[in-house]
Amino acid sequence: MSMRERFAQTASDLLERDDRVAILLAGISSDRFLRARRSAPARTISVGIMEPTMIGVAAGFAMEGFHPIVHSIAPFLVERPLEQLKLDFGYQHLGGTFVSVGASYDYASEGGTHQAPGDVGALLTIPGADVFAPGTAAEAERLLRATYADGRITYIRASGAENPESFDVGRGRLHVVRRGERATVLAFGPALGPTLEACDGLDVTVAYTPSVEPFDHAGLASVAGDDPLVITVEPWYEGTALRAAVDALRHTRARFVSIGVPRRFRHDYGTAAQHDHANGLDAPGIRRRLDELLSGG
Amino acid sequence: MEATTGRTAEGIERARELMALATGDEKHDESSTSTFDVLWVLYDRVLRVDPSNPGWEQRDRFILSKGHGPAGYFAILAAKGFFPVDWLPGFMDWGNPLGSHPDRTLVPGVEASTGSLGHGLPMGIGVALALRAKDLFDPRVVVLCGDGELNEGTNWEAILTAPNLGVSRLTVAIVDNHSSSIPMGPWVPKLEAFGWSAQVVDGHDHEELVRALSFTDPDRPTAVVADIPEGEW
Repeated sequence: MSMRERFAQTASDLLERDDRVAILLAGISSDRFLRARRSAPARTISVGIMEPTMIGVAAGFAMEGFHPIVHSIAPFLVERPLEQLKLDFGYQHLGGTFVSVGASYDYASEGGTHQAPGDVGALLTIPGADVFAPGTAAEAERLLRATYADGRITYIRASGAENPESFDVGRGRLHVVRRGERATVLAFGPALGPTLEACDGLDVTVAYTPSVEPFDHAGLASVAGDDPLVITVEPWYEGTALRAAVDALRHTRARFVSIGVPRRFRHDYGTAAQHDHANGLDAPGIRRRLDELLSGG
Repeated sequence: MEATTGRTAEGIERARELMALATGDEKHDESSTSTFDVLWVLYDRVLRVDPSNPGWEQRDRFILSKGHGPAGYFAILAAKGFFPVDWLPGFMDWGNPLGSHPDRTLVPGVEASTGSLGHGLPMGIGVALALRAKDLFDPRVVVLCGDGELNEGTNWEAILTAPNLGVSRLTVAIVDNHSSSIPMGPWVPKLEAFGWSAQVVDGHDHEELVRALSFTDPDRPTAVVADIPEGEW
């Protein structure tokens, strides 16, 4: 089952079990919430194709004590209504869960209008927002269940790509996947799969987290050592998560490099795999960068 | 339970005096004075609120969507007892809860933090739907917008979706002080075409305002356009 399907199923379960859950939609995925609409029509709201209004309506639910779960494609859930996220939720200290599909260029064939490698960076401008990029459908479910009623702004970035295995993920938790000496390679979300493949045979630590914010500062500090080379592998714009890594290692002589989506508009269609290849984010591309960095390049 | 404090001519005069204490926001003076009569009528004769218990669950919810020029709004809230009158002279000062746009985290009785135009009506729809989901069918939601504010597209998204979502306990009070740089009328056919019940009234006539703002339609959201001619702000 894909992350998207697992999300819809989990959100519908939560709606049925907790009468303070409301699901807000703007057209996208409406067909996946038919059960929810039957079981709790007053709390399953599809406003039409108007994402800023969807966020505002969700804030109204939050003002009345509900836990809104809000969903659309990443560019329309985050970038179009960013001011509503900032003011209606952030500034008003309201909690809500925002779950996107279409991570970065999952919808490659749709072109740049439907792509959002900037979503995580945009969310990180909102003080108090938690940002998660689960690596598998099971992790997405775990994070949604753990956070939906915590009164915080939570962004869960569901993607088409998935890692080969799930971890016991949680808010601000980093996992050490394997240990080595020459560098720490920190993979976020679904970037772990190609990162592990790229690191095959290299003497490096590989760490993993879906929790971009809050970030496990102590966890990274404990594995990186005193003179570390830290390489982040980010399935969104390169450098987005560097601030957290830099902050975690501010008392060391650490050097940092980010491997991520280049910060330029790409006018290509095709598939997500082809974009990964062109951006150097498939396993061979990541390996080339690692070899360059470890050889002093 | 109702707002009953000062339902007299003396009450509104007292509120006007209090508004004069909140100085320093002259760029929004017209916004403040042109909304004053509508706000007074709402808090004096229409809304069911309890200043001693601003979070009373059965209360009517009011959102000053335009956010601009809140001196009149704050004066009326103070006159009704939501917060101490001595907050008003410190309007917009460091450390004072009253700023040039209202903040729900600081001011008792303020339901939403507004000021960026076009946010209040979507939130008001969400509040109305949430009240319905809680089986609270008595409280009303009233959102005040300006005619200039209605240039913002989110309002028209909200105006489009509210009737389709079956929201009926929602009223938008549009204070038309003719500040919009593009013509916004004709109001009634425009709003009715979107599925709203709509009427235009004299924005200074309290009896007309009471009648219009007290009206609810069991099947549709309602709009009351309070006309404030240029120069009569």
